[in-house]
Amino acid sequence: MASITLDHIAHAYPGAPGAAPHYALKPINHVWQQGRAYALLGPSGCGKTTLLNIISGLVIPSEGRLLFDATDVTRLSTEKRNIAQVFQFPVIYDTMTVAENLAFPLKNRGVEKNAIKRRVDEIADLLDLRPVLGRRARGLTADAKQKISLGRGLVRSDVSAVLFDEPLTVIDPALKWELRSKLKAVHQALDLLMIYVTHDQVEALTFADEVVVMKDGAVLQIGTPAELFERPAHSFVGYFIGSPGMNFLPATVAGREARVQGTVFDLGASYAAPANGAKVEIGFRPDYAMLHANGGIAVQMLKVEDLGRRRLGRFAIGGGEAIATLAADADLQPGDTAGLTIEPGHVHLFVDDLRVEGARA
Amino acid sequence: MMDKPWNNRAWLFVVPVLIIVLFSSLVPMMTVVNYSVQDTMGQNNFFWNGVAWFQGLLDPTTDIGGRFASALVRNLIFSIVILCLELPLGIAVALCIPKQGWKVGATLVLIALPLLIPWTVVGTIWQIFARQDIGLLGAALNAIGIHYNDTQDPTSAWATIVIMDVWHWTGMIALLSYAGLKAIPDAFYQAARIDGASRWSVFRNIELPKLQKVLVIAVLLRFMESFMIYTEPSVVTGGGPGEATSFLSLDLVKIALGQVDLGNAAAMSIVYYLITLTICYVFFTIMTQLDQRKGV
Amino acid sequence: MRIQTRTIVITAYLLLLFLPIYWLVNMSFKTNAEITGHLSFWPHHPTLGNYGHIFSDPVWYNGFLHSLSYVFLNTIISVALALPAAYAFSRYRFIGDKHLFFWLLSNLMAPPAVFAMPFFNLYYSVGLFDTVWAVALAHCLFNVPLAVWILEGFISGVPREIDETAALDGYSFPRFFVKIFLPLIANGIGVAAFFCFMFSWVEQLLATTLTTIHAKPIVAVMTQVYSAAGMDWGLLSAVGVLTMIPGAIVIWFVRNHIAKGFALGRV
Repeated sequence: MASITLDHIAHAYPGAPGAAPHYALKPINHVWQQGRAYALLGPSGCGKTTLLNIISGLVIPSEGRLLFDATDVTRLSTEKRNIAQVFQFPVIYDTMTVAENLAFPLKNRGVEKNAIKRRVDEIADLLDLRPVLGRRARGLTADAKQKISLGRGLVRSDVSAVLFDEPLTVIDPALKWELRSKLKAVHQALDLLMIYVTHDQVEALTFADEVVVMKDGAVLQIGTPAELFERPAHSFVGYFIGSPGMNFLPATVAGREARVQGTVFDLGASYAAPANGAKVEIGFRPDYAMLHANGGIAVQMLKVEDLGRRRLGRFAIGGGEAIATLAADADLQPGDTAGLTIEPGHVHLFVDDLRVEGARA
Repeated sequence: MMDKPWNNRAWLFVVPVLIIVLFSSLVPMMTVVNYSVQDTMGQNNFFWNGVAWFQGLLDPTTDIGGRFASALVRNLIFSIVILCLELPLGIAVALCIPKQGWKVGATLVLIALPLLIPWTVVGTIWQIFARQDIGLLGAALNAIGIHYNDTQDPTSAWATIVIMDVWHWTGMIALLSYAGLKAIPDAFYQAARIDGASRWSVFRNIELPKLQKVLVIAVLLRFMESFMIYTEPSVVTGGGPGEATSFLSLDLVKIALGQVDLGNAAAMSIVYYLITLTICYVFFTIMTQLDQRKGV
Repeated sequence: MRIQTRTIVITAYLLLLFLPIYWLVNMSFKTNAEITGHLSFWPHHPTLGNYGHIFSDPVWYNGFLHSLSYVFLNTIISVALALPAAYAFSRYRFIGDKHLFFWLLSNLMAPPAVFAMPFFNLYYSVGLFDTVWAVALAHCLFNVPLAVWILEGFISGVPREIDETAALDGYSFPRFFVKIFLPLIANGIGVAAFFCFMFSWVEQLLATTLTTIHAKPIVAVMTQVYSAAGMDWGLLSAVGVLTMIPGAIVIWFVRNHIAKGFALGRV
């Protein structure tokens, strides 16, 4: 197994004949490689669960093909796809012990007894389940149960991909971090293709090699966590990734300069004039914008928030509001006039919500 | 459960229920206890009789004792037989109820229908249906050469009563099981599919364990009702032929209202009630403890 | 393949369920001459005579009215009394609460036959004998505990924070109970009422024992047909068919709640 190919996959639930199809998932075209971890990230209703269900075989896409390597599995039943899945709520077989739970998929496939035992022990060691192997599964904690669900997928040596459907939902917050690092360790140890659905950006960014950001059934951007942070392709990605999200201000553009109601921003690259009537905005991250006692662009302070490690300031600019980081030595209070500086190259231009790349010279 | 506040004024809320149930249960029960330790020489002329009624009742060599013992055994066999038939059948029916569409509602309504037919009418339906002259069942069985006569032949009578009970009550087990099955999240079926489990394995490892609690309730309810069965057999067979289908309640009513043998009837009532309570209590305790031990 | 098996099983079950009922309906449209004459699968000379008889004889249609009145009385009494009790059991701990709850439930296990004779004495002595009230109260024996049990389960499903929020918002307890709480457990009330209706409607032993003339329920009137020389099968069948109708109507109304409602109480 090397890859999963989404070949123009799209899904529309059947509606009135003749009406334009309402897509739960708009056409997507992508290849996922073995050994990498992908996260499907987006607010609820964005289509990420539909996409996961298409891969697991619960939903047959209305358009396009799904390939596992070169094999078309679009219409193949779940059990023939060799995938493993960890669900939102722990799914375990109540009446069996942990060991029996782990052995179950192998037993169903007629694997020889000693081989089952060897493999179950291996996986139990990997997931730290060895001490509870003989216990009834139903008495265990939620995180142990989720590890059992994962283990049931991993015992099969032929597994092509492991799917996670918001697996940390019911986990105690204190244990979330631990279980997440366990998942990462498993991923590194077993060289598997993993797909992780979540609406929590921290989970997505820490777990995945690549994150697929989705909204309203469409994929907005696929990229590494750094790419999403540094060069969001869509204003929603800028807003959704990062805490707090990117600042957006309506602007007009001429060459290397953007004007927000008279305030001039240096874009660090030159841009062609956007089409008439297009929505033009500049975006910058609070992480790259600094508020000083003086110097830079003069802005009116509205609110200061102390997060401990850093302080954030909300300020008025050009009829709107934005957030930036307070410089360590700046003692600013609401009502004060502050000076705003932005690191060069970190002011982005969005035209109709899409990021435009300028010509650096 | 743990953090419920302690408040004795909550008793005020319970008082109305307490009064009505005391009135309907304790007062009549006192009358029964009263009769059970006295004998009468005729109109309202009672004297103390100690535990003589109970001694007679619990000694199978006496007339009344033998009668009680055989009714008890008969009733226990009946309860066990109908549980063995209704439980698997009810679960099977629940598994086959359609998954979606208008058919779900229609099927549920049809399955529930026998539960809302007055018990006398249930008896009447089967009394007619089983007759060999005008009933479809009786006529059809005799036509294909099976000797069947539910008023003359004990085997036929038993078969009729058992089939009638299965017909009457399987729907309840099916509805309870259906409610239990509906509560199983789809993820369990999806996981089983991924694990390559067979249909039987899904039933054995997912559906049956998840149904356990509902089934405990179903067994309790069915046991209670079948152990108290009166109306249906009284209409269909009247307890006969002979004593063949004379269950505890039928016998009790015969003694109490038919023969007005108050002392025996009262003693029998108390013993009967205590047996029902004990069996239910023991069954319930065993099931809940089994459940807890498995969790460890 | 599996879909076929399911359909076959459920269809076969429903067919077997309906054969006896069909036979009753079949007979109710026949004259007694046709019934005893020869076996036929449908009425060759269909008649409404049996039904006509029932609707023209006050003993019969009064029987219906008596039955329906004590069933409704009982349902209202049971649910109304059970509501506060179920609330108390669900929300508070108090002296003897567990014992009381189990004692209540133990009444479900009391064979009606045990109570037939003492009930007769009791209601005779308080002057309620042969009234619909006697039957309505007698059925409380099992319906009140059942309603408490079902409602307790539903009430426990409502978070206690709602009670507290209402108190903070300045609702008096009675106003909170009626305006906020009752609508929240409307489903539970419906289910409890359904079960009370069901058990009161189908019960016969107590209903027959506690009445003679003025409150005689339909099921007791039916026994008249037995004792009369020469069974009036057609009439008996017609009454049987008519007694199935109220139940069928009630189920139709609750059909969408059956699945949930049957997951009784603390299951």
